[in-house]
Amino acid sequence: MKLKGLILLIILSTFFYQGDTIANNNNVLVNKISKNLRCLICQGQSVYDSQSDFAISMKLLIKKKIEEGNSEKQIYKYLKNQYGEWISYDTEINKKTYLLWLFPLLLFIFGGILIFRKVFINQD
Amino acid sequence: MKKNIIYLTIVFFIIFIFTVFYKGLYKKNVYTPNELNNNNFVQFSSKDLFSEVEINSSDLISNNKFTIINIWSSWCMPCRIEHPFLMELSHNSKINLVGLNYKDRSNNAKKFINDFGNPYSIILIDPNGTISIELGAYGVPETFIVNKDQKIVKKFIGPLTKKNLKEIEKIVNR
Repeated sequence: MKLKGLILLIILSTFFYQGDTIANNNNVLVNKISKNLRCLICQGQSVYDSQSDFAISMKLLIKKKIEEGNSEKQIYKYLKNQYGEWISYDTEINKKTYLLWLFPLLLFIFGGILIFRKVFINQD
Repeated sequence: MKKNIIYLTIVFFIIFIFTVFYKGLYKKNVYTPNELNNNNFVQFSSKDLFSEVEINSSDLISNNKFTIINIWSSWCMPCRIEHPFLMELSHNSKINLVGLNYKDRSNNAKKFINDFGNPYSIILIDPNGTISIELGAYGVPETFIVNKDQKIVKKFIGPLTKKNLKEIEKIVNR
């Protein structure tokens, strides 16, 4: 009888532990996603940091989407569809942002050439 | 020649930086998702404020009318300002006006309707605000016009004005 009780206890605790782990993993993912989203009310704050009604609802929605089985990528795509590219801190590479991404690289190459010429070519 | 190229590059660079910052000074730095990024009307279900019966969003769309979804709350001051305009809209036979009560207390919402009149054919509740977020709203009040094909054709952020009413009438009479 005692053994049966012990087995039941182990099964139940494993079950609850698993449930708890899933909930914790979901919360970690909610935090991760919400840190990468801009709040539309408190602009300048992330959804994670903001305490506005919008941000609170947004966090609940992200949690709901995760529980429905949506991946991180799908959630970003969905939110970008609803609110535009602006909502994400992670700017995509597209026609509008080519300059933003390429300009630092061009500057880096230009600076590199200048330094190279100054150091090596002038030495010769 | 070489010096000239370096000089021109530096001048061009300074002009470029100046132009970017100068333009940035006059750019509105508050983002508003005015444009309709996604015009598909999302499916959701929620309870009716009065009967507490669960209703599906697809049941709201009528075949011969435009459905206007207005997100409102009793604690929202601009909602009081736009209420007379909604009352006016409710008389239009081509419109099915649906209210979405955002993060409100049931008693306060009912009192608001009793005090100011009920322009809506049905009022659904959004207790945690997630339905409004799914619709693409980010505050109250917001109004969405949905056509019979379940597409959002127009969205108004903030309280409706007389000008907006004319715009709505234009859309539904098209």
